Amino acid sequence: MTQVFHDAPVDRAFRPEWHTSRLVVYAVLLIWAVICLFPIYWTLTTSFKIAPNVMKGDMIPWVDYQPKWLGWRALGLSPDTIFTESTVRAEFFKRFTNSVIVSVVSSCLAVILGSLAAYGLSRFSFKFLWMRNSDISFFFLSQLILPPVVLALPFLVLYKELALLDTRVGLILLYTLSVLPIVIWIMRDQFSSIPTELEEAALVDGLSIWGAFATIILPIALPGMAAAFILSLVLTWNEYFFAALLTSTYSNTLPVMVASQTGSQGISWWSMAALSFAAILPLIIIGIFLERFIIKGMAAGAVK
Amino acid sequence: MSGGDLLHVVTNDDISKGRRAFGRALIWGSGALMLLVGLAQWAQLEGISSFGFPNWRPTLYAYCLWATCLCWGQVLINGEQGKRTLFVLPAALFVISLTVFPLLFGMVIAFSNWNLSNPDGRQFNGLDNVRQMLADPFYWNAMGNMVWYCAAILVEYAIAFALALALNAEIRARKFFRVAFLLPLMLSPVAVSWMIGKSMLVIQPAGPIIRLMRTLGWENPSFYSSPWMAKLTIMMMDAWTYIPFMMIMILAGLQSIPKELNEAAKVDGANPWRAFWEVTFPLMLPVSITAILIRIIFKLKLADIVIAVTSGGPGGATDTVTSFIFREYRDRSNVGYGTLLAMVYLVIIIIAMTALMKLAERYARPRT
Repeated sequence: MTQVFHDAPVDRAFRPEWHTSRLVVYAVLLIWAVICLFPIYWTLTTSFKIAPNVMKGDMIPWVDYQPKWLGWRALGLSPDTIFTESTVRAEFFKRFTNSVIVSVVSSCLAVILGSLAAYGLSRFSFKFLWMRNSDISFFFLSQLILPPVVLALPFLVLYKELALLDTRVGLILLYTLSVLPIVIWIMRDQFSSIPTELEEAALVDGLSIWGAFATIILPIALPGMAAAFILSLVLTWNEYFFAALLTSTYSNTLPVMVASQTGSQGISWWSMAALSFAAILPLIIIGIFLERFIIKGMAAGAVK
Repeated sequence: MSGGDLLHVVTNDDISKGRRAFGRALIWGSGALMLLVGLAQWAQLEGISSFGFPNWRPTLYAYCLWATCLCWGQVLINGEQGKRTLFVLPAALFVISLTVFPLLFGMVIAFSNWNLSNPDGRQFNGLDNVRQMLADPFYWNAMGNMVWYCAAILVEYAIAFALALALNAEIRARKFFRVAFLLPLMLSPVAVSWMIGKSMLVIQPAGPIIRLMRTLGWENPSFYSSPWMAKLTIMMMDAWTYIPFMMIMILAGLQSIPKELNEAAKVDGANPWRAFWEVTFPLMLPVSITAILIRIIFKLKLADIVIAVTSGGPGGATDTVTSFIFREYRDRSNVGYGTLLAMVYLVIIIIAMTALMKLAERYARPRT
């Protein structure tokens, strides 16, 4: 069949340019994807290597080298050691539970406190001394600027006096404080997008203000709260500075364990790789499955 | 923010006198209890009398009780209005007790010589710490490094913008790229510093980046021996972690730009390069400024990577203020001096950020 309608020569000349621009876009994306993923790949593969493989810098398992469980065995997580006693594994799971408890509890606390505050600030006008709503909001958000190091040493002394040093409660309090401004930032955006007519209708129907909040607003704001929660979870899970300073033996978190292994015992690359990978695995899983929420959370407030 | 309530509630509270009195009694009673416990504690500390308190915990519990009573009392005294206050009050109390109080306490510590391992405890030493700080070359060196680290944000911003543009184009497998690009942000900086900083950059002669550099013609790659190289390496690792953050903010901004604007530019005969500079970039200015400001705030807290990889070396070339104070405490456990350094840092940050925000406000205003 012969073609009846042709593109004008001008339009046809346009095509190669379109193709090159495609090519550039995909090249950029692919290169950056490699930059992002390669360290993760490298860590995972290194954890299955033994000394000669590491020193030779073998890249691809089964092609360059035969994967071995050496690194994971050192951690007590390889198939042949998983059912036997292992002090390292016990240590690892202790740190792991600490991390889970501290990050989940502090994120929950931050989301509860933060959403309540954000809701109050978005709906009612307050006056406390000279501070009005915008000042109070600014007060909360300005905590973001506060570098942790300013609070660290006073807290060290205070916690020593309060016997909160090296306890999970102490860490939870500080972590809640550090993510609270971010939660308020996200939730303020979330609540201001919900029309007030909804609560007004509920109030007319006889609900109290807290009842209206719990039954009407909360379900609508849930995705935002999930975003805030996950973002806080990531931040608190990764926090190192306070944990290194304020905990020693009992309530260490995973990052502290990872960092403390780096220096000592003449680095055994494979077990370090296994440990690092085990420490980041929960976050990789969260990143893959809940990416939507994280992006939503971070995009909040960027666009008004 | 508007003057009146956004949500209008008409309530006719009739609060009995008894209830009001009970609320007041609750607040003042618990407050008095807290004061009493605190005083007892202090008396014990001074050796006036002993109550057998092992530590300051009782005062903490009394404080928590008081805070709870304060919240409850609000409802008792003010009824409906009190219930509204209850939304903000817990968070406000939490933040005030965890920042304002330690900050005030920190002010006291900052002007004292206090070695935690020293049994003598705190000794007020006036301006000695200030004098020591002014003469401390490493502190100012760390401060200078922070300027360099912050300057690196501009490069990060450019890369993040390019990536956001690429992600915003019509591409296949967008979900895959988004997840892949997001992952670095999720990983803990300490693990990253091991994964990249150690295993890829240190293993001689086989680290993948070392090999890559060698094929590119760099004879003997070493990343932590020369000051500038070390600084650059830290910058790049930090960029690797945080570029996704800026990218997502910029991407959100890009997606909020109506497509018609770019189409109009195309119809008017602008090539893509011009369309970007004349349409997209100006529209993105407010978002960009927000992203950069938040990024600066995060950058000023940078410490994990430095502590884990170089611990400030070589010769303090990679020190950030935070990592410097951290080591200062670790090595000499002098709380007083470290706190003063941190306080000065805070003051400098507040001044710089306020100036930046003022400046940004002027630029970000949409031009007509």
